[in-house]
Amino acid sequence: MENQNNQTVPVLEVRNVSKDFSGIYALKNIDLQIFPGQVHAIIGENGAGKSTLMKIASGVYTEYAGDVILDGVKVAFKNPKQAKEQGVVIIHQELNLIPYLSITENLFLGNELVNRMGLLDYPEMHKQAKELLKRLHFDINPHTRLNMLRVGQQQLVEIAKSLLLESRVMIMDEPTSAISDHEVALLFQIIKELKAKGVAIVYISHKLNELFEIADRFTVLRDGEKVGSGSMAGTSHDQLIQMMVGRSLADSFRKVVNIQSHEVLRVENLCFRNPGNENDFLVNNICFSLNKGEVLGICGLMGAGRTEVLEAIFGLYPKDVSGKIFIDGEEKQIRNVADAIDAGIALVPEDRKLQGLILNMNVAQNTSLASLAKISKFSFINKKEEEKISLNFVKKLNTQVSSPKMEVQKLSGGNQQKVVIAKWLATNPKVLLLDEPTRGIDIGAKTEIYRLINELAQQGMGIVVVSSELPEILSVSDSILVLSESRQTAKLSREEATEEIIMKAALREKE
Amino acid sequence: MDTQDLKTKLIKFQSIIALLIMCIVLSLLSDRFMSADNIWNVMRQISVNMIISVGMTLVILIGGIDLSVGSVLALSGAITAVMLKYGNEFPGWNIHIGFTLIGALLGGTLIGAFLGWFNGLTITRFKVPPFVATLAMLTIARGLTMLLTGGFPITGFSDQMAFIGTGWFLGIPMPVWISAVVVLVAVVLTNRTRLGRYIYAIGGNETAAELSGLKINKIKLIVYSIAGALAAVGGIIVTSRLDSAQPNAGSGFELDAIAAVVIGGTSLSGGKGTIMGTVQGTLIIGILNNGLVLLNVSPFWQQVIKGMVILVAVVIEKFNSKDKQ
Repeated sequence: MENQNNQTVPVLEVRNVSKDFSGIYALKNIDLQIFPGQVHAIIGENGAGKSTLMKIASGVYTEYAGDVILDGVKVAFKNPKQAKEQGVVIIHQELNLIPYLSITENLFLGNELVNRMGLLDYPEMHKQAKELLKRLHFDINPHTRLNMLRVGQQQLVEIAKSLLLESRVMIMDEPTSAISDHEVALLFQIIKELKAKGVAIVYISHKLNELFEIADRFTVLRDGEKVGSGSMAGTSHDQLIQMMVGRSLADSFRKVVNIQSHEVLRVENLCFRNPGNENDFLVNNICFSLNKGEVLGICGLMGAGRTEVLEAIFGLYPKDVSGKIFIDGEEKQIRNVADAIDAGIALVPEDRKLQGLILNMNVAQNTSLASLAKISKFSFINKKEEEKISLNFVKKLNTQVSSPKMEVQKLSGGNQQKVVIAKWLATNPKVLLLDEPTRGIDIGAKTEIYRLINELAQQGMGIVVVSSELPEILSVSDSILVLSESRQTAKLSREEATEEIIMKAALREKE
Repeated sequence: MDTQDLKTKLIKFQSIIALLIMCIVLSLLSDRFMSADNIWNVMRQISVNMIISVGMTLVILIGGIDLSVGSVLALSGAITAVMLKYGNEFPGWNIHIGFTLIGALLGGTLIGAFLGWFNGLTITRFKVPPFVATLAMLTIARGLTMLLTGGFPITGFSDQMAFIGTGWFLGIPMPVWISAVVVLVAVVLTNRTRLGRYIYAIGGNETAAELSGLKINKIKLIVYSIAGALAAVGGIIVTSRLDSAQPNAGSGFELDAIAAVVIGGTSLSGGKGTIMGTVQGTLIIGILNNGLVLLNVSPFWQQVIKGMVILVAVVIEKFNSKDKQ
């Protein structure tokens, strides 16, 4: 059982909570105690029930079995607003901000300050916003419109917004999934200050390294059940992974390497001019070469131009891109995505929901979307063939679906990602570009995707992986390209690359 | 599981069930409703809305809207009428070109397609929101119709021309044949062809569709052209049935078409909906109109009731789609 070595009483307690969705259990008899001044990590694969549990604790879900207890008193929040008023705040993974309002307006949205006339008191709001941002060491003008900020900065605004409320329990759902290391450092600073003030923090994250840095206690969920909990200090990385998946991550590394001497992709002097600013380059003079069977990792900090390199190769911005692209030694003119596909290039984009999938279409329809011409005659689609191909990929990628006719919006993140990958493998590419292929998916699916990268490389495909997670880059790549401020600052082989060397190159600034 | 199945089936066939209930109630309240005369009458009346609504469905499926169909109908009808009646004069060269019936019909349809294509062009090339682009076309095409006709109807065509709107073939009115063919082609297009799939994909997620190599602009141009061409076909039927091209023909038709599409369960945000849904929507509006007339409901109340039906249909639709999540 829980050992209550802490003298304080829990501020928030979840007792024997269960929740089902039309008969299927999402949570089973969960107990959880959150103490003031501590960071409690909730760990588990996607679909393990983390978000469901937090939605119950913060008033998003109102129907469940069991009790939620705040300060020793049983509560039943009717909605998130009520929870907020009682000091329980949730910061969602998705941003809930208005792009065309300023930082100040966003911070005070729903809680605006008014003057005696009943009109908005902008001077006071700006003043408070400025103080708050300063306290967060977040150096930015609060008049700035939100859509001028990078995603990571927006995330900080979201966090700042919840700080305005005097909350006692703060639930953070994957707060670092889209922010750079610098912003992570800022966030951790904030968390430490909150802890000192006695705020209890529930922290959901996939990044175990972070948890060791910031969390005091943890609870691991698997398939809706609590499989372990305790103090972070006495637990190892591997133990946590074992609890999460019930298997070890040992085979996720690239073992068999079979790089052929044939060059499948060469990029020369690739430049991508910022459409908004003549003198700025998003990608500046990048050159690299990729052989058949080789996996090239591209890394760098947020905004270093990682995604843009892939987009430039893929023909998304033909007007602003210059440079030469060779496939199998032959120069290709790529003016649009269709040209890229014809040349044998495929891109699995960063955001599978916004860029990868047609959510209300089914698995088969999504799988065939980029290669429909192959399975149609006189524009008529051969639906049998379509389903057959889709089923093949479902088996090959081990996608968890009941049938190819299942709508993709009902799948978990990992399975959705597999559908996007299947779509691109169906085009039979020579070069596969993967942008953050494992973002927001659970460790089980991650391992499978690493294994797939291995397998495809072995079959002779050239693969480029962009990732913000260094361990990922180190474990899948044969060679590594490091970007900093749109330029390449290092090209490393797997043998010479270490996290330290990469970080140094990624932080190198222009002279 | 069984009740779940039953529920999804009920949701799937809700428009048909609504239709059946309407028909049963009306036949109990009015002797004339179920007569063959009345049924063909209803079918003939709704066929123009049916044809326009099919085009509107495609436009709405890609996440757009076309407010110009009523005016495009009028302009295409008027141009067809002018071609039939006067041919085309080229004063500078002293040339006069007359048109056969087929030539004029084809010409009128092409004009409609061109107007639709122009909508598509402003939307794709100049990034004008569909609502604004087609609102502008609504005014432009209506104005051009007035200029062309001088504000007066153009009347008096051949019997062959009249046959299109008033004739019967194998015991079924011609407009019903035409709308049936249009519906059939559209069903095949949306369900079986690549273009159909691409239409759904663009409406479902334009970014993902573009990243999958789809030529978004080309497909949009095609869809708006189809909508324009179908409006023109409607214009030809209206002109033929009245034996005259009215300068104010088709005004307000865009609203009936949008209503039919929405009642038929197509989502205004695109990507979701079917042609058969729209067919049911058209039938519901048509039968409702007919029933209210048969029951001597005042025209003012008719409008109120029609509006309520649209609201209820959309609310039910929203309710159902929320239920699914």
